[in-house]
Amino acid sequence: MRKVHFKGVALPYLLLLPQLIITGLFFFWPAGMAIYQSFLREDAFGLSSQFVAFENYADVLSDPTWLESAARTGLFSVSVALLALGVALFLAVQADKHIRGADTYKTLLVWPYAVAPALAAVLWLFMFHPNIGLFGRLLNGLGIPWDYRLNGGQALTLVILASAWKQVSYNFIFFLAGLQSIPRSVLEAAAIDGASPMRRFWTVVFPLLSPTAFFLLVVNLVYAFFDTFGVIHSLTQGGPGKSTETLIYRVYTDGVMNLNLGSSAAQSVILMILVIVLTAVQFRYVERKVHY
Amino acid sequence: MLRRRQLGLAAAGTFAPVALAAPALAQNGPVEIQFWHGLAQPLGGMLESIANDFNNSQSRARVVSTFRGGYPETMVAAIAAFRAGTAPHIVQMFEVGTGTMMAAGRAIKPLHELLRDTNVNINFDDYLPAVRGYYSLADGRMMSMPFNSSTAIMFYNKDAFRRAGLDPEVAPKTWAELRQAAQRIKAAGHEMPFTTAWPTWTQIEQQSAIHNTEIASQENGFGGLNTELRVNNPLMQRHFANLLEMGREGSFRWGGRDSAGDAVFASGQAAIVHASSGARARFVREVPGGAANIGAAMLPYYEDVPGAPINSIIGGASFWAMNRGPNAQRSADENRAIAEFFAFLARPEVAAKWHTDTGFLPVTRTAFERVRQSGFYEQNPGADVPIQQLLRGDRMTGASRGIRLGGFVEIRVIMQEEMERALQGQQAAPQALQNMTNRGNAVLRNFERTNRG
Repeated sequence: MRKVHFKGVALPYLLLLPQLIITGLFFFWPAGMAIYQSFLREDAFGLSSQFVAFENYADVLSDPTWLESAARTGLFSVSVALLALGVALFLAVQADKHIRGADTYKTLLVWPYAVAPALAAVLWLFMFHPNIGLFGRLLNGLGIPWDYRLNGGQALTLVILASAWKQVSYNFIFFLAGLQSIPRSVLEAAAIDGASPMRRFWTVVFPLLSPTAFFLLVVNLVYAFFDTFGVIHSLTQGGPGKSTETLIYRVYTDGVMNLNLGSSAAQSVILMILVIVLTAVQFRYVERKVHY
Repeated sequence: MLRRRQLGLAAAGTFAPVALAAPALAQNGPVEIQFWHGLAQPLGGMLESIANDFNNSQSRARVVSTFRGGYPETMVAAIAAFRAGTAPHIVQMFEVGTGTMMAAGRAIKPLHELLRDTNVNINFDDYLPAVRGYYSLADGRMMSMPFNSSTAIMFYNKDAFRRAGLDPEVAPKTWAELRQAAQRIKAAGHEMPFTTAWPTWTQIEQQSAIHNTEIASQENGFGGLNTELRVNNPLMQRHFANLLEMGREGSFRWGGRDSAGDAVFASGQAAIVHASSGARARFVREVPGGAANIGAAMLPYYEDVPGAPINSIIGGASFWAMNRGPNAQRSADENRAIAEFFAFLARPEVAAKWHTDTGFLPVTRTAFERVRQSGFYEQNPGADVPIQQLLRGDRMTGASRGIRLGGFVEIRVIMQEEMERALQGQQAAPQALQNMTNRGNAVLRNFERTNRG
């Protein structure tokens, strides 16, 4: 790698400055504030505050409803990631074939990514609302008691579907790009050796796609953890009961709606640690098994 | 610290410059009063036109109204703005936020202090006791300005009654009668015979009040922050068991949290709903068949509970005067402008018009008399049901004055969650009520602790 040498120190620091400011302002400062808040207990208006050390953390970690939320978040994130990856991979493999109208097909598949989460949720609401939704009414008309406002399992299924649907487009683009970069000669060689299309996919295509798949797995898990707030908020608000409340949604309800900033900050810090650990573990252990 | 504050100001957006400019304007123009409210259209527009009437009636002050989202969003926005030193002069706060605001110390300017400092007089003896009591201290001093008050009543669809062979002019009075009616409506092929909006407000808070039963110790929290929930009582156990049974047989259907139940009645889908009297305007406009098809009646009760029914309690919102920030007081001119706006709201013609336009209560007796003499209730049968229900019984008790709990927004959500779990069949009535008590008490203890000083 070629090294560039600057005369003096001013210019390199100046060039670094914009990035440093952005990182400091939008990451370190709020994260620092969250850590600071998590040791305090305050009234809503911030008029009296009390240092309570790790009490907020102890309260959160011993709260059975928080632990249930954590387990639910795990189930939710894994389901969303697997569903979004599986469907996207299937669609990408189909789109990679020589079919008529492939470009239109590809464009249409990419569209949902441009839909804002809240709007996506409203679309799903118009489909599955038991009273006004097309499919919701159809299901009830067929005698299947569909009401996600009162049935926790149905509610969770719905938010998983809506969240996964949003992410399929993103995964699709990456998988398609990954598929197109696989050399044709390798596939042809396998075909000549008599490997069936199924076998070609699992022994040649899939291993060569694994860097893409691994990258997408990380991105999808982080998406399911943090970016599904809009979908949940517009569809179920965490209900019924607490059956669609994920950890990030809970940070919002406790901090913004219940004005319990100490607990909310402690939960954010726990989430931050969780994601740092998760990402580190993934890169350290899962990456080794990936063929580049 | 400086940086934090500037960011806070920036976050508050367009309000920051206005709020900062207000004192300077006082010498040469009207005092600007920022007023944040949480009423969507059409109610929000009606409220803003009242503020405009006030602006046109004098030249010293100008009220600038801003819609800040629903009630909870408005509450959160006002609190965040206070922390950033840019709180509005007046914020409309729903009744559930009352406990939080009362304990807010120097964030608020109590109404009785405001009126004393500015020598503005409002005759609170004229206000309905249920309205006055909800927003005053135990010794009767007013803390906030009552405005849009409602109470929960029962609306029913007369067509649905006719189709089920029920007399549309006779509403069920007791729970036994309601259940019978709902069963017949179901038998007539109606999918949603009975539902409720604001489930905890109508089914827990109002039902407890009309049966003279406390939902929390210390007279529902009026006596102090050391209050504890008392919802796991025989009355609520019986009522929940009843609702769960009706749910199983299909005569009761869950309409969703908060105001979601309004929509299913407005669309004609639900035959009977327990809802805010303030929903009347919407129902008249949207329910198929209009006003002629809507019956209004008082909430049903259990006839064998001694002393029941007495008055119901109010909901809705009141107006709070706020200080600008933790270290910023209002000027005398600003306080005077706020007090004069409040006095304008108390005028009988303003209160009467708001009542007849919206279905919210006439908050003063004078306004009520004025509307009665105008013949409004003869032309709109049922529009006086909420007032009669509020004045029912010879006097208010500690259980029917109102509810004052810190963190009540959170407690209501907890109650809704436990209700949903019970209706899903995951838990029986006593267990749901016990979970509400345990989880709610944790919120109350935390509130007591952070607001002690």
